[in-house]
Amino acid sequence: MREIHVSAIADGVKKLCMEANWNLEPDMLRAFDRALGTERSAAGKQVLTILKQNAELARTRQIPYCQDTGMVICFVDLGQDVHVTGGGLYAAINEGVSQGYKEGYLRASIVRSPFDRVNTGDNTPAVIHVDVVPGATLKIMLMAKGGGCENRSKYTMLTPAAGLPGVKDFIIECVKTAGPDACPPLILGVGVGGTFEKAAILSKKALFRELGSPNPDPTLDTLEQELLARANRLGIGPQGYGGDTTSFGVHILTYPCHITSLPVAVTIECHAHRHKEVTL
Amino acid sequence: MSVSTGTDGIKDVHTPLSDADVQTLKAGDRVRISGVIYTARDAAHGRLFPLIERGEPLPIDVKGQIIYYTGPSPARPGTVIGSVGPTTASRMDKFTPALLALGLKGTIGKGYRGQPVKEALRQHTGVYFGSIGGAGAVLSEFVKKAEVVAYEDLGTEAIRRLEVADFPAIVLYDCHGGDLYQDGQKVYAREDTK
Repeated sequence: MREIHVSAIADGVKKLCMEANWNLEPDMLRAFDRALGTERSAAGKQVLTILKQNAELARTRQIPYCQDTGMVICFVDLGQDVHVTGGGLYAAINEGVSQGYKEGYLRASIVRSPFDRVNTGDNTPAVIHVDVVPGATLKIMLMAKGGGCENRSKYTMLTPAAGLPGVKDFIIECVKTAGPDACPPLILGVGVGGTFEKAAILSKKALFRELGSPNPDPTLDTLEQELLARANRLGIGPQGYGGDTTSFGVHILTYPCHITSLPVAVTIECHAHRHKEVTL
Repeated sequence: MSVSTGTDGIKDVHTPLSDADVQTLKAGDRVRISGVIYTARDAAHGRLFPLIERGEPLPIDVKGQIIYYTGPSPARPGTVIGSVGPTTASRMDKFTPALLALGLKGTIGKGYRGQPVKEALRQHTGVYFGSIGGAGAVLSEFVKKAEVVAYEDLGTEAIRRLEVADFPAIVLYDCHGGDLYQDGQKVYAREDTK
């Protein structure tokens, strides 16, 4: 049994929150460069160029890339041989979020209730998913998820007869309806299978794969490439001003499902794709 | 006139705006906005709207003005403002026609607007500008002064008076029915993917 004190967890989360919002990850910067090489639209190229400048300015000034510094989503792989000491795991993560958002000059964007809409003031609480895994380490994968793109995420329950063509059409329809509202170029996190909630969680988790890396499943990789090409033929382009770069990538995760079901969830992610991880 | 065209083809827009100014702006025009603009988003609109319905005065005079849909991140000490990019405008669609009827001339945001907003832009001679979503760090460079003028308790959602210089934007919807999204996207749409 390995002991990890809650202060180490809070400290780790605090740093992830600040760094994720200030420093866009290298996979995103490479995506901008790749798109600049293929984008035909002058307006689209200009948007991509400004976004690269924006990333550089955010990094050097330690200010957030986007003013919407998101709702914090954490996927935690908790080794079954880890003993968290000094308090609760969830409270430690939220303490880290609170410290990170206050000390990092990040926006507080969370309201305590969907009905009374009073801001909690420190961007807590996070949405936390914990998986218990073999081993004695604690891995935290953190995302600062923007609201504008999240609002365009969608779920549907298809029939098995709708099959793969139905899944493809639904995903493309999500890109169309997201349009400029979700800040394209988009990244599409897709969860297929499981149940209502499992598909949605997979659609979030899928976004943590490095952008531009192949899906480990060759069949899914081919499907992702086909959907990416199709999304980029829609013409929406960077910011919706028209162009070839509507999406940077499609990431799919699947899970077994019931004989009656074909659940599909699509999390729409914007170009401010802020994700970081730490292993304690 | 508060609109003039620079040698680089970009239109310089100085607030406040008149109907004649708005009429010169066409969808797709790149602009630099200078002068005073006001921030307001969901929560602030939620407070303004009942005042309009009751015919009571608003905490800001919107006549000739531009509202920027944004909730900035906190300013670091010694700076004017934090990141300050646009939020999705359609969430304010419910409120926009009433504000245009009161003389508001422009809004800045991102994303599609509903048909009632498009019609109100025509009827009341208004314009909808877009700034680049997610470019909040770059956009903060064009804000020279910022102060909260109403609803301070709303935090990031308070109404702020911003003084901007050469704030970059593009005309998304003009008062003549022009729509940059439609015009731009049809050029690059390669097939009907239905």
